[in-house]
Amino acid sequence: MLTHKKTNVEKLAENLGNEPIAGRSLWRDAMHRFSRNKAAMAGLVVLGLIVLFAAIGPFVAAWHYSDIDWSLMGNAASAGQPSIANGHYFGIDDLGRDLFARTVQGSQISLLVGTIGALIAVVIGTLYGATAGYFGGRVDSIMMRTVDILMSIPYMFFLILLLVMFGRSILLIFIGIGAISWLEMARIVRGQTLSIKNKEYIEAAIASGVRPFKIVLRHVVPNLLGVVIVYATLLVPQMILTESFISFLGLGVQEPQTSWGALINDGAGTMRYGTLWQLMFPLGFFIATLLSFFFVGDGLRDALDPKDR
Amino acid sequence: MFNFVLRRIAVAIPTLLILVSVSFFLMFSAPGGPFTSERPIPAAVMENINAKYNLDKPVYQQLSIYIWNIVTEFDFGPSFRYQDRDVLDLIQSGFPVTLTYGFWAFVFAVGIGVSLGVIAALKHNTAADYTAVSVAIVGQVLPNFVMAPILVLIFVLWLGWLPGGGWQGGQIEYIILPAIALGTSFLASIARITRSSMLEVLNSNYIRTARAKGLPFRYIIWRHALKPAMLPVVSYLGPAFVGMITGSVIIDSYFTTGGIGVHFINGALNRDYAVIMGVTILLGTLTITFNMLVDIIYAWIDPKIRY
Repeated sequence: MLTHKKTNVEKLAENLGNEPIAGRSLWRDAMHRFSRNKAAMAGLVVLGLIVLFAAIGPFVAAWHYSDIDWSLMGNAASAGQPSIANGHYFGIDDLGRDLFARTVQGSQISLLVGTIGALIAVVIGTLYGATAGYFGGRVDSIMMRTVDILMSIPYMFFLILLLVMFGRSILLIFIGIGAISWLEMARIVRGQTLSIKNKEYIEAAIASGVRPFKIVLRHVVPNLLGVVIVYATLLVPQMILTESFISFLGLGVQEPQTSWGALINDGAGTMRYGTLWQLMFPLGFFIATLLSFFFVGDGLRDALDPKDR
Repeated sequence: MFNFVLRRIAVAIPTLLILVSVSFFLMFSAPGGPFTSERPIPAAVMENINAKYNLDKPVYQQLSIYIWNIVTEFDFGPSFRYQDRDVLDLIQSGFPVTLTYGFWAFVFAVGIGVSLGVIAALKHNTAADYTAVSVAIVGQVLPNFVMAPILVLIFVLWLGWLPGGGWQGGQIEYIILPAIALGTSFLASIARITRSSMLEVLNSNYIRTARAKGLPFRYIIWRHALKPAMLPVVSYLGPAFVGMITGSVIIDSYFTTGGIGVHFINGALNRDYAVIMGVTILLGTLTITFNMLVDIIYAWIDPKIRY
């Protein structure tokens, strides 16, 4: 027993001498924690599949998303069910268009709005919050009061107002959704910046004469990355929700383009006629995506949250 | 406390002014006017019309007249679309409806959400907890525009228990589905927030002290745990209220309840600027007022806040 142990220890000592000890960075740690979270990993896989669906869907679809299948038009309820034989894998919609192709198109728009909207929010929110937090004092209080005021305005109505005044366009939706959703981000980032700016490395940067804006960009923002990533993941589903909300009301994307919200609206309008698949396919994609994003976001928060370390 | 309330009101008023001015300038910058039509109106007539509706005055005067009319007599101007109705008529007919089911949605979300969260926290890591957590997760991905068709599918088309729309003067069976559809996602969020804050409170030192003293558990929960655990919930009520106001647009258009959201949507589709503005300003005012109330309530319950 004793000798056995000794050999083990000797082996260990030998190994220690041979192999260089690999350091584990914070990011490696986080990745490890994330990969152990089953719900988050499942969410990531589902998201990957949905992105794949949106990316290669157009090549799989037998029909174009705006083409009407004249042979089936008008009897969606009796002949438009999902079928492999006639190429309508998800059935047809009320006007006789291929629902598979339309779901693919809707997924593309919804995912795009989600990511681009979140991206705009992240860029504006991070820079704004970091600036306010880093400079502090009067700058901070003016900037954050502005955020407070903007936050208490019902932005959805403003977005719709904008869409009505300046005409509906997908570009305006991108910009509008991104531009109103950076407020929460700015608050979170500011809070983090307040704790970062007293760190020694910031002091060192100040002492060596780095200019303030450069400190914000070089030294503050990179250290905010963890928080920013977590909230960006939670922002994407919010953006998708907002876009779907507007499209559900018929004020978002314009025909023949579509999005999940518009598809759900169409499906909900026709479900009384027995064409339930028109609601279920877009609804399924919508719910699966949102659930996955929430799980991934939760997983990331658990993985990157310094409190749990 | 009094100073805090005053200061909070002092912030709310400029916010309201910004809201009104921004929507006014948006309307002003939109192409075309209320009297633009395909057949040109004689210049003299146009001048008279413009003078009657103050459209010949400079912008800032128009804005101040607009605000003055709203403040003094709730006059949001005439609708551009419906010939014999002004915006106030539309608001008066729609607003009570929205308020009624909105109130029940709020009661539904807060009542069930808080109870679910508290039960989940008290029975941490049991089947009851997991059920509550699953309900919260599922509820979060079911926003009102998803919830509404699902509810109609189940309770109207399959079971045939409830009417699928309409209002009928606010009879109870016409309120149930709109209220549930509107409230579900907020119920989920409230349950989640309550659960986590209740867990945190239950693990804190003063609760342990109370238990060590031998106080009955029920008494500890009601007397010591519930109030601090409600703080995050109260601060969530502001955003929840905004969300519900926004969501009412969906509910009104899906359930044809005839609430104020229908006028907003019709206004948006018909480019009836006066109506959209009126509704935006009304709902915005409501939002800002409610946010202010929430802040004041929060300051009142939370002893840590200094004013």
